[in-house]
Formats: sequence, C-alpha cells, structure tokens
Amino acid sequence: MFEVVSNDILAPSLHRMVVRAPRVAASRKPGQFVIVRSAPEEERIPLTIGDADNAVGTITLFVQAIGASTRTIVATPVGGFLRDVAGPLGLPTHIEQWGRVACIGGGVGTAVLYPLAKALAEAGNDVTTIIGGRADAFIILKHELSAISKEVLITTEDGSMGRKGFVTAALADLMADPATCPQAVFAIGPVPMMRAVTELTRPQGITTIVSLNPIMIDGTGMCGGCRVLVEGEPRFACVDGPEFDGHKVDFENLFDRLSTYRSHEAANCRLNRQVQP
Amino acid sequence: MTTTMTTRERLAIGRVRMPELAATVRSSNFEEVNRGLGSDDALREAQRCIQCKNRQCVEGCPVGVSIPEFIGRVAENDLAGAARILRYDNALPAVCGRVCPQETQCEAKCVRGIKGEAVAIGYLERFVADWAMENAIQLGMEKPPPPTGKRIAIAGCGPAGLTAAGELARLGHGVVIFEALHDTGGVLRYGIPEFRLPKAIIDAEVDRLRAMDVEIECNVIIGKTLTLAQLRQKFDAVFIANGAGLPTMLNIPGENLKGVYSANEYLTRINLMGAGRRAEAATPIIKGRNVAVIGGGNTAMDCVRTARRLGAERAMIIYRRSEAEMPARVEEIKHAKEEGVEFLMLTAPVAILSENDGWVAALRCRHMELGEPDASGRRKPVPVEGTEYDIPADVVVNAVGTGANPLLTATAPDLALNKWGNIVADESGLTNLAGVFAGGDIVRGGATVILAMGDGKQAAAAISAFLVS
Repeated sequence: MFEVVSNDILAPSLHRMVVRAPRVAASRKPGQFVIVRSAPEEERIPLTIGDADNAVGTITLFVQAIGASTRTIVATPVGGFLRDVAGPLGLPTHIEQWGRVACIGGGVGTAVLYPLAKALAEAGNDVTTIIGGRADAFIILKHELSAISKEVLITTEDGSMGRKGFVTAALADLMADPATCPQAVFAIGPVPMMRAVTELTRPQGITTIVSLNPIMIDGTGMCGGCRVLVEGEPRFACVDGPEFDGHKVDFENLFDRLSTYRSHEAANCRLNRQVQP
Repeated sequence: MTTTMTTRERLAIGRVRMPELAATVRSSNFEEVNRGLGSDDALREAQRCIQCKNRQCVEGCPVGVSIPEFIGRVAENDLAGAARILRYDNALPAVCGRVCPQETQCEAKCVRGIKGEAVAIGYLERFVADWAMENAIQLGMEKPPPPTGKRIAIAGCGPAGLTAAGELARLGHGVVIFEALHDTGGVLRYGIPEFRLPKAIIDAEVDRLRAMDVEIECNVIIGKTLTLAQLRQKFDAVFIANGAGLPTMLNIPGENLKGVYSANEYLTRINLMGAGRRAEAATPIIKGRNVAVIGGGNTAMDCVRTARRLGAERAMIIYRRSEAEMPARVEEIKHAKEEGVEFLMLTAPVAILSENDGWVAALRCRHMELGEPDASGRRKPVPVEGTEYDIPADVVVNAVGTGANPLLTATAPDLALNKWGNIVADESGLTNLAGVFAGGDIVRGGATVILAMGDGKQAAAAISAFLVS
C-alpha cells in the first residue's frame, strides 16, 4: 500500500499527487514511469514519475483523469492509499549536452516534460520551454519550468494565455532564427502534437525525442501491448522506451492503437453515470 | 482390506475417468472443467498401483514425488498420511495435480501403461492435495525447524520461486519473494485460466507458504526497483526465477492492427485483471466473434478455449504442423475439441488483414506440408505455393512463444547469459556468480510449470548446501 501525501488540482481533471514509495524514489531517473493500480479490479495505469524526493521517500505523479481507473486514482484523498505502485520502469532519458534545446509540453505532457527539462538544464543545456494547452486553465507548471528555462513560451488554442495557436508556431519561430534554433527538441504531449513537431523538425534534421504513451498492462515487457513501430520494427515502449527518436516513430499506428478501447470506455462511463444518482 | 489384495485383483481394475463439466455448459463459463475424483473412485484407482519395487514413476517426476508411497496410503484410506508424503516432496501438489503433463512424465513410466492404462497419478495427486486443503486441521502444522539465520531472496513468485521458497523455509531459512506484478503466482495466475487452475487453489498454496513465514513482496521488479547487486548485499543467496519475457513476434504484416494480441496480453487481461470474466473488472478485452489463435502449445489451447468462453462463435487454432506434432497436452486438445474449437492444421499465417479501419478483418494463411525432420526432431513444415486463402477474424492471438525477460539481466552485467538472453546455470541452478542461482523459464526458455518447480527444488537443495558450507 502506498500513501498519498498530497493531492492538488493543477488544471481541470489534472492532479499532482505525491505518493510515499521509498524504493521507487531511491532508484528512479528522469523519464521513467510507474504502473499504478489504485484498488482491486482497477486497471494498471502507467504514469511518468514527475519528480522524487529520496530523502523523504516520495515520488510525484501527474494524473489526468480521463477514464474510470484514472478517476479512481485522483479520487484518493491525502492519507489514503494506492494499492499498487510498481517501478521505476522504462529506460531513463538519455541526457547529454546538446547546447540549445527546446522542450515542448502539451497538456499533461508538460508534467512529463518537467523532470526531463530539469535534467537537461542541470546538464548545462540552454533550455527554451514551450507550453501548449487548449486554454489558460490547462497551462501547467509555468513557474516550475520558468525556474530552469532561459525562456518559457506559451500558446493556447483560444488565445486566453500567451500566443493564440499551437506549439508548432512558437517552435517554427525559434527554428527560423539561427541564434535560437535548437540543436535538439523534446516533445511530450498528445500524439497529434508530437507528430506535428516531428514533421516540423524533420526537414532540418533536428534531433527530436518524443515520449510515447501506448496502452500497457504489466510494463515489464511481458505482454507486448505497448508495441509501437519505430523504423517499421515493433518496439516495446515499456522496455525500449518510453522515449524514442520522433522521426522514426509511426504516429498513425500509435494513434490508432490508442483508440482500441475508447468505445469500451465510453460504454463504461455511460454505465457509471446511469448508476450514480 | 487393501493390503490383502493380490496383484491379479489390482490388475483387474480399470482406470478411472475424470468427471468433467459438460462441454456445452463449460464452454460459456470459467468453472473448472475437471471436477476431481470422489473418495470411492480415488480409493479404487489407488488400488490399481501394484507398488513396484523399482519406482519408475518417481524417476519420471521432476520433483521426485514418492508416488507409490502416497498412493499406497490412499489405497489404505489414510489420506492424512498420503497428504504428508505428498506435501513433503511437492510444494504445490494441488497445482501439479491439475496442470502437470503426467502422461509424458510419471504416468508414461508406469508399468501398468505397458499393457493397458497407467495409474491416474495426476488425478490422485489432485485428490489428496484437495483433501488436504479442506482438512488442514487434521493434518496439523508442520513443525517449524530451528531458524538457521540465513536469508534468501527469490526474484519471481511463479512455480519455480514458490517451490524453492517452500523447500528453503522448511529447512529453517528466511525467505523473501519479490514479485513484479501486483499479485502472487506468476504464470499460474496470469497465464493459466481459471477453468484449468482456479485462482482459489493458488491462493491456498501461497497462504500455506506464508504460514511457513515465507515473505512475499509484490510490486518489486528486480532489475528496476532493486538490482541483483542490492539483493546480493542484503541476502545470503539469491534465486532468480523471473520467468519468460517478451512475446516472440510473428513478423508478418498487420501485426500492429487493433484486435491483435500476444497470448501473454490476452491471458493477462482476462486471468490476472479479470477482463471479460468479472463485471467489476475495469480492464477491457476485445472479445471477437471469430478468433484465430496461432500456435499449438498449451498456451494456444488456453487462449482458444478462453475465446470460446468469451463468446466467440468460431474459435480456431492455426498450426503449421499436424496434430501429431502439437506440443499441447492431449487432454487440452481433447477438451478444446469438445468445446467446439476448430483445428486448422498444416496452416501458417502469412499476413493479418484489415478493411483499412485499423481493425483486424482476416488472417491470410497458406497450407503447409511436412518435409524432413528438423532440429527439434519433428517434421519441418514446408509452404505449399499458391494455397493462400483468407479466414475472417476479428481477434488474432499470437501464441507462438516468448523470449527471455531482459529486465533483471540488463542491470546485472556480470551474470552469464546464452545467446538467447537466458541465464546460464548448471544442473543445481548455480550461475557464474557465487550465491546466485536461477531456474525456470529464465534459464530454460519456454517450458512447463513442473520443470520450473523441479528447478526450484534442485536450487533450494543447492542453496541450502551452499549456505551451510
């Protein structure tokens, strides 16, 4: 059992939860994830470890409540317990000194991006961060990312904060000026965003790393459900990833596989609404 | 009464039949198919054993169960005595009585099989183990030995790990099992379906080990949460039994379509997570009306019989050799056929097709014929050109096998591996590292529950010898 130490709402249906998991806190590295199962009968949900405090034995998770099982996770109150937290899983981010890097986060992906951007900054990189969201309420970790970035650019689809439009417009501007053009790009967010970023950087051949979020069960390579096509070859996001060279990823296949159970989830949600008063 | 029976009288008794749930009933539920022998049938079956001096059956058993001895007690209606003998030799008798391929092991060696049918050793093992579970009080607790003060870490709570734990605990050693998943049992729980091995049986066997002070910590992945090096520092010895790993891909077009599962994913969703089996389970599964399962082993049978139970109208086995070469147990093939599973033999998949909506629509196959024997000794399947045809399918399950689990070995660079990534170990389970032993599928590649248990037993003996030396 893993105690929830804090549980804050960062954005609509997006929670920051600090969980007591000393072994994971001691062994995790940026880019790795845990599998969380809040209670018996719930799904096993992969969640990136946002941060960790080895001294007190806690890890920070950012959880977007999008389905039945993630809603149960965020509904766990402070002092309550998550039944299962297993990890750290996946390969850590490969950190090197690139020079100028652009770190791009979309929605909950911004939370996944944070430990990575922090590690890149600590390794001596010049970090420019771009945060995108539907509206101002969905822009998260602005202050945390400002502390480690040379500059933070914000884009919203409705223009309610920062520039109106998508993260790609901000990135295109950076790329247009040789003085700001990044040597490497890290993009974490919804699949369409990551795909758009990799298409933008492809012509100039700028290294673009993405963090993939396919459906997983065990997270240890056993089931192969998280397979993604990288250069046409099946790779398991849980053991070979979750980060891959974005220019080699088949995003269309990833996007399609992510939709596998959506109809199933929708049916379940309807059912839940019916039984709740 | 029985002691006065003559051999002639014993030989006159015919082999018992296992009572089964009717195929029409069971093919739509997950209840256990084999119902177990009644007392009278078990007693009579036990009397068929002629108590040979030269115990061939014991040699056929990877864990060396004292078969004539426990069967002798059953024949005398001393079930408590039988249970004590059985449990002394076998940490998981209720599991073995259900899933061991007795027909190729102990029963294959039974002298009664030469001129007729072997004694139903597996049925009797299950009968005694089930009796012991229901009558635990009459058996009493095994007297705990004095603690040796030695502590052993076991990576993996499957059949090899559980067996080693039981053996080591009985010798007075402290044992901690680390399990990567959230529940115990390993492949016994995520792999083998409820209708062959009820989860309650695994729970009972695990509880018995816990009562012997075996500690089990779930959600700990050795190689990730803790490393082998950390275990070696904190424990006097380590037994690695973390099982098989990554599913072997088919490497045919369409493998990433929605509705294509590896056997591990398909079975884990249903067996471990309860998908399609329990209304309250949140994990989903695509059920499918036409389900094609590729492979001919027990895992393939488990998948295809599960598909039937989830409502598949056509549940098919696609196998590239003929039925004679199938590695699955005869009983599994028989049960599958009774349940309406179709067997498409000498058929190999070429591609998985969709109607451009991302979902599986059909499996393209071609006919095969058998050529010369290959390295496995079985006749090699050879494609017959121009015989491609499409089988409508909305779920395809790949049950062709698994490779070695890389998580532990990736963070243990000193540990010797073979070219397939399996850990190299001698007969006792010893690896190239002092105090580090390994067994089960991580050493053997894909094998059986009982061979993994045999490894666990061997390794426990070797570990104990290492610790007292």
